[in-house]
Amino acid sequence: MIPTEVQLGYLAAAVCFILALKGLSSPRTARRGNLIGALGAVLACVIVFFERDLDHLVPILGAVVIGAVAGVIGARRVQMTQMPQLVALFNGVGGGAAALVALLELHDLTRLGDSAERFALAATAFTIVVGAVSFSGSLVTFAKLQEIMTTRPVIFRGLPVAFGGSLVAALALSVLVVLDPLVILGVVIGLTGLALGVLLVLPVGGADVPIVISLLNAFTGISVAAGGYVLDNTLLLVGGTLVGASGTFLTKLMATAMGRSLANTLFGALKGGSTLGGGEISNRPVRSGGPQDVAILLAYASRVIVVPGYGLAVAQAQHALRELVDLLGERGIDVDYAIHPVAGRMPGHMNVLLAEAQVPYEQLKEMDDVNGDFKRADVVLVVGANDVVNPAAKSTPGAPIYGMPILRADEAKQIVFMKRSMRPGFAGIENELLYDPKTTLLFGDAKDSMSKLLNAVKAL
Amino acid sequence: MTESVVWLTIFVLSVFVGVEVISKVSTTLHTPLMSGANAIHGIILVGAILVTGTSDSTGATVVGLVAVVLATVNMVGGFVVTDRMLQMFAGRRKPAPPPTGGDA
Repeated sequence: MIPTEVQLGYLAAAVCFILALKGLSSPRTARRGNLIGALGAVLACVIVFFERDLDHLVPILGAVVIGAVAGVIGARRVQMTQMPQLVALFNGVGGGAAALVALLELHDLTRLGDSAERFALAATAFTIVVGAVSFSGSLVTFAKLQEIMTTRPVIFRGLPVAFGGSLVAALALSVLVVLDPLVILGVVIGLTGLALGVLLVLPVGGADVPIVISLLNAFTGISVAAGGYVLDNTLLLVGGTLVGASGTFLTKLMATAMGRSLANTLFGALKGGSTLGGGEISNRPVRSGGPQDVAILLAYASRVIVVPGYGLAVAQAQHALRELVDLLGERGIDVDYAIHPVAGRMPGHMNVLLAEAQVPYEQLKEMDDVNGDFKRADVVLVVGANDVVNPAAKSTPGAPIYGMPILRADEAKQIVFMKRSMRPGFAGIENELLYDPKTTLLFGDAKDSMSKLLNAVKAL
Repeated sequence: MTESVVWLTIFVLSVFVGVEVISKVSTTLHTPLMSGANAIHGIILVGAILVTGTSDSTGATVVGLVAVVLATVNMVGGFVVTDRMLQMFAGRRKPAPPPTGGDA
């Protein structure tokens, strides 16, 4: 029996988690919310040592120290542009930990023989599968975001069969382990889960990867919750369920922001080959200009909208961009930033990146608020963005981004793209807007071009 | 109530709380929220410590210790990176006007 004091401590930690999630959903309380969550977690990790007599204390504390150091180094060193990968990685290791914990619990349950509770065994199998899916799936998303592998959907002929087969195998093995608890079955279940995770994420295209991270995050939460049931630990049940539920809801919000259903995100690529995008048009003429031309366009406009994208952040040009916008503001030009909900590599990622460059919060306009303004804009300056202004989302039913709400940059009087090259965006498709007669392209590294542009505007 | 029903009750109520507390989140905070929730499921560390501390074979202990390391990375790294993100939001120049966080 767990001592009452410990149980009450777990309750306090669970309340901290609820307050943390609550705090994190409002800008003013977010940071405090996160700290409350951390506090709850630390509290739980201290009182667990009073739950029952534990052996191997020194190695356990050593492992905690190693993990903490690795976590802090990873979290401190990472560039803000690479943060989505890091979140995916953290999520994956959490899922892996849940699967391993369940495997060890299965090892304990097997010794009970026939008296082992059926439902506990089922929950154990469930934890192993879902934890393993989350682990391997997150590693694949990491590889995609880090561009270690292609960001396009990976599809092969037998994929739906392999996926269905693994799913059936996981179910069958879970039934088997309930009837006859064996550790080796648990290991095989884990391996099946790993395969399932890879097969789940492979067909997802680059632009949809953030949604998958969120989904896998919810998966890990659910698997931790099931682990809590197995271990008779209410804190794991509550904490895991909170993350599972809020994560699922958040995934739905993100999918809605991209104008598609979750099923379409995961399995859309399997239905038709056209989602691979076409490389058919590439040699058509475009109009490119120099920094001076663009400076004149901007300086004599009265309404400018900036559309920042991931390319801006990669080039670390956000500080130079803010200077440019301030300069234009001093000339009496009305400038706003139009933030697409999925600008960057994660929903809300661009807000984080621009906050890093100390762009005032009030200048950041969300898509629905700003979309009506494009018609009146003299110049739209697209910096390192592509897919979020691609009209194919409205006009080309076969395109992978079809149906995604876009920023209506095409309605502005003039459009300026600052781009490195003609290379397509993360979704891997051409952007018609680049060939539009209203469009001027300013080629080059975003930071370099931005400082040239800044000087050109100053010189006017 | 039997014990299983108590567990089921806790589970179902937690689902509702989980959805309810974040239902008004603005798009701006999707990334930090995901990252914070990600840190919270690092609480599997508690489970990892329990199974490792009660393990009775070397093999089980080793697997348990691996789980402890992984769970700690998840939890500690998750909270630290979320704090780093949110620090930037706090770093903006004007003292926050009550943000009307969009209608998402």
